[in-house]
Amino acid sequence: MQCHNLTEQIDINKDARKLVLVGNPNVGKSLFFNALTGLYVDVSNFPGTTVDISSGKYKDMVVMDTPGVYGVSSFNDEERVARDVILYADVILNIVDALHIERDLFLTQQIIDMGKPVVVALNMMDEVKKNGIQIDVEELSRQLGVPVIPTTIIKGEGLEEVKAALNYSTTGNRLPIVMEHLPKIRSLVDEDSEALLVLEGDENIIERHNIVQTEHMRDKIYEARRARVNEITQKVVKQTNKEASFSVRLGRWMLSPIIGIPILAVVLWLTYQFVGVFVAQTVVEWTEGVIMGEYYYNFIVNLLEPLVGMDSFFGRLLIGEFGLLTMTPIYVFGLLLPLVVGFYLVLSIMEDSGYLPRIAVLTDRSLNSIGLNGRAIIPIILGFGCVTMATITTRVLGSKRERFIATALLGLTIPCSAQLGVIAGLIAPLGIKMVILYIFVIFLVFALSGTILNKVLPGESTDLMIDLPPLRLPRPANVMKKTYVKSKTFITEAGPLFAIGAGVITLLQYTGILDLVSNAFAPISEGFLKLPRETAVAFIMGIIRRDFGAAGLNDMVSRGMLSSSQILIALIAITLFVPCIAAVMVIFKERTWKESLVIWLGSFIISFLTAGIVAQIII
Amino acid sequence: MTLDQACSGQKFRILSISDPTISNQAIRLGICKGAELTCAGKLPGGPIIIQNKMQEIAIGRRLARKIAIQVM
Repeated sequence: MQCHNLTEQIDINKDARKLVLVGNPNVGKSLFFNALTGLYVDVSNFPGTTVDISSGKYKDMVVMDTPGVYGVSSFNDEERVARDVILYADVILNIVDALHIERDLFLTQQIIDMGKPVVVALNMMDEVKKNGIQIDVEELSRQLGVPVIPTTIIKGEGLEEVKAALNYSTTGNRLPIVMEHLPKIRSLVDEDSEALLVLEGDENIIERHNIVQTEHMRDKIYEARRARVNEITQKVVKQTNKEASFSVRLGRWMLSPIIGIPILAVVLWLTYQFVGVFVAQTVVEWTEGVIMGEYYYNFIVNLLEPLVGMDSFFGRLLIGEFGLLTMTPIYVFGLLLPLVVGFYLVLSIMEDSGYLPRIAVLTDRSLNSIGLNGRAIIPIILGFGCVTMATITTRVLGSKRERFIATALLGLTIPCSAQLGVIAGLIAPLGIKMVILYIFVIFLVFALSGTILNKVLPGESTDLMIDLPPLRLPRPANVMKKTYVKSKTFITEAGPLFAIGAGVITLLQYTGILDLVSNAFAPISEGFLKLPRETAVAFIMGIIRRDFGAAGLNDMVSRGMLSSSQILIALIAITLFVPCIAAVMVIFKERTWKESLVIWLGSFIISFLTAGIVAQIII
Repeated sequence: MTLDQACSGQKFRILSISDPTISNQAIRLGICKGAELTCAGKLPGGPIIIQNKMQEIAIGRRLARKIAIQVM
């Protein structure tokens, strides 16, 4: 994962003025950032999928993007990150979704209350017209006391005016309650902005300045701010046409069970047809089987065999069964790359169109029974792409308890796209019965472990409260960029691990350790799982990456070493097996070592136990 | 009555939100004491969709039970 350290990223002069972009989620902040700096950043449609801060340069200013937030405080990670950037900004460009003005102005008023010079970009003016709404921009500017520029940034409209306005940004009209109380505590901190957060009872800021304070007035200030925003909205917004537009009605349909669940089923089926059938079989057959498996393989073996031979250690290391130049690139580029690109393409479309939060609403009730709320569907879906990335996004969940449940379920039951591809390739020829049995077993383990964790873990999970962004047609350029960035991150992360794994396995094989382990493991693999003892190799590979383990099974199947029931058992075991090394590292980083160890060892035990039970029943 | 009892299409006013952490977040989205909203939809046993002008917010069933409302 590319994790940006805030200070590390800015290699620009410290005295440079900081222009900070602030806005609610999905208001087009990232598009402004791109337009100002010319740099690419991930444009995210789901609140909370990017906690990174992007920074760049505009003229002599440092431009910083912040995660989309509804207010500045410390409710979650995004807010804490955004807060720290906003607190020390010199100028703020606040992007406001003109359609959701009464929601967005809450943040605007809060920044104004901080005493920061602000320019407001009133974005999505095209949709305002489309929905028959009129906004009195001049009056809005007068009420707020800062420049307000109407824009439709996706078409580039208003960008020049915003750039010009940045030169005359002003501090706006603060709330009377803030004006009254701020001076009392102003001397305790360094900046007006900090003083406001102290008044609002922000624990982190209070702690940072060692302030001993017993009470705060957050509720009063929030109420006053909400009242003020409603008053402004009343004055400047005129709704001339109340009929819901088509996209609003479509959004409603997606949430009604009678239409919404069939829509979801169709979406999932299409996703499966595209990723699971078209990409995993048709495309991969060509990329892995022909391009990499034949042309590339023949090329590299013909090139290196005369130099290193096939049986020397280096021969095996480079071009052997698990060769660094044979198996590694063939799997990474022939198999993983197409799958990962396919998956992220679908996910980006769902994200960009605003469909993802609607899936969260539809699945809320079912997820409640395993101690999660609808929001958790996001990391779960992401997990089918890459469990490592998904584990990071469990941060969007509201409590420690939910983060633990989601992380455990991800590590245990969700196969990533790479693994899923190999599994799909192996299981499809076994016929529909086996496919159903496989899905049933995995799903059962998912539901059971979730239910048990929900019962056992102390505390209570949080409830769903999610903002539904308007449905929009996904923008192709945006989708492409997102797919590209995510796929690239995945490959740069998985590639080296794959290579290390291949090297380790070759070494173990060459020294004979692999055989020793296989034999030591035989009572479990042969006795309990009823699999040939060589399967142990695949599981050792699986410790590094589960898809690498699945690839090991693939190899055994192609040599005809497994019967179809044995394939099913091996696949169940490898699916439930420990998460890949990258995911384990992230789990240890995100959770305590105790919890992480429970997840890791638990995966081991549950994986073999489940597969063993199935083996005892069907063989 | 509480929000989970509202019917689709009903307009209502919020009387109180009994969970303080939630009320601090909800106020930003325009959901607070005195706010006049519409129930735009309900999933059986699942979330309630409420609408505030052009904005739609989904609220989990259990949370909806903590929000007292008055139908208008």
